[in-house]
Amino acid sequence: MDEKVTREIFPRDSRKSYGLVELMKKTAPIVRKEPEDTVYVWPNLLMIEIICAILVTVGLMVLIQFEHAPLRSLADPSTTPNPMRAPWYFLGLQELLVYFDPWYAGVVLPGMIILGLMLFPYLDVNPKGVGYYTYSERKFAVFNYSFGFAIWWITIIIGTYLRGLDWQWYWPWSNHLEHMNPALVTLIPLHLIFVNWFHVSEGVGKLFTDVIFIGYFALGTLIPMVVWKPMYKAMGLWRYLTFSFFFLSMMGVALKIILRLLFNIKYVLVTPWINI
Amino acid sequence: MLQKLKNGIVDSQIFKSVFRHGYPDNDLDRAYAIFSNVFLHVHPVKVRRSALRMRYTFCLGGITLLLFIILAVTGIWLMFYYTPYTGLAYRNIKDLQFVIFGGNLMRDLHRFAAHGMVLFVWLHMTRVFLTGAYKAPREFNWIVGVVLLVNTLVLSWTGYLLPWDQLAYWAVTVGAKMASYTPFIGQNGPWGPQLGFLPTNDIMFMLLGGTVVGQNALIRFYVLHCVVLPLVVTVFLAVHFWRIRKDGFSGPL
Repeated sequence: MDEKVTREIFPRDSRKSYGLVELMKKTAPIVRKEPEDTVYVWPNLLMIEIICAILVTVGLMVLIQFEHAPLRSLADPSTTPNPMRAPWYFLGLQELLVYFDPWYAGVVLPGMIILGLMLFPYLDVNPKGVGYYTYSERKFAVFNYSFGFAIWWITIIIGTYLRGLDWQWYWPWSNHLEHMNPALVTLIPLHLIFVNWFHVSEGVGKLFTDVIFIGYFALGTLIPMVVWKPMYKAMGLWRYLTFSFFFLSMMGVALKIILRLLFNIKYVLVTPWINI
Repeated sequence: MLQKLKNGIVDSQIFKSVFRHGYPDNDLDRAYAIFSNVFLHVHPVKVRRSALRMRYTFCLGGITLLLFIILAVTGIWLMFYYTPYTGLAYRNIKDLQFVIFGGNLMRDLHRFAAHGMVLFVWLHMTRVFLTGAYKAPREFNWIVGVVLLVNTLVLSWTGYLLPWDQLAYWAVTVGAKMASYTPFIGQNGPWGPQLGFLPTNDIMFMLLGGTVVGQNALIRFYVLHCVVLPLVVTVFLAVHFWRIRKDGFSGPL
């Protein structure tokens, strides 16, 4: 701090009563910094942009020498291709149709993803880590983002490479021309498992699943409130509740995928109106 | 000789009437070159030396913009050869493939720039996230960014229908069917039928202009893809860039 100023940056002109001062929106004054710390956009930055633009354009031109835009046969409403794949960026959502009913996988969940992304800056109260790459200063935020996008990309990869005829699971070494026997897998709603285990009526089994479903959200919200009190205090009640809802919903998607793939659970919650 | 020619151009009345400043080989004219130019003045006149480092932004947002411009140019070019009519659309694409000079080039560019734009929007968003650039005071610009992301995806999806081949038809049929499952306002969605929504009046009907993907859907997707959504993206892009300058840059710029 006490390094000697060897040269006056803004030499004072004895004929003038004013000096060169700049006001900045910062918490600390920038001292001993010359205006010459900056460079002109023309040509320094513009040159970088132009080079970047040329590289991307050349890359695109090279790419289309090897790959061409696809064109299948004329649209035919009477012939459905099997499997019918959405464009790659929607394959994640299409794959989620395996795990959820269309109203959730195709409408509500995408809506929640968009809303959740928009709300992120308002839910992340950690002031650290602006303007540089850091994981250690904001582990939880990075975890959330990465987790969401891991689901997104994993489902895209499954949809692209591991799904075949009738949207069944095909390994790369499976025979992709042969239909799988759908009878091999029996999907059951969770409450029937309880019915079988505990020999209770279907109504009681459904009650179990209701309790589990509500308990997942209730405990998932309450336990961190107590265990990570500083986090809860920093966020405040409404911010925390909003975050908790989105966080548990995201985790719920992952849980449901696991339940469906490993245990053939079709629904965890069955109500007269909606099934999840 | 060359110097003389350059001076002749730079000092001419035409050059001065267009640019209103001299050749940017000195600081004053370099500043003028940026802020007296409608396209370049998205930049500040000067940036910190450290902003020239590529490892902060990796130019991801800029690349996304470039791809959008490429898409606009190739897209308008393709519009000259395309008719949004179910009886002609597919043949137009075939013509582009086999008859029209440069047809394949433009179509391929349009297709892969579109894939690229989706990819780079996502990469750009990841960069912004990882550098915490969405935090106050830049929260709103993150929202604008998410709107642009959604618009990019919808643009891709509406463009998917236009070739009117099997890929197009069924991808859009499946996607539109999704809309019919929307709660409350879809014929198949929870509480949809109870609220009186039928195949002839629900959200899917509105989207397709019919109960199935047909001529009405094609013209709707065409107008959305070629006019409405690019306009929306342009407006939000303007806000996006404006806010970067107003809210300040997060990194070492």
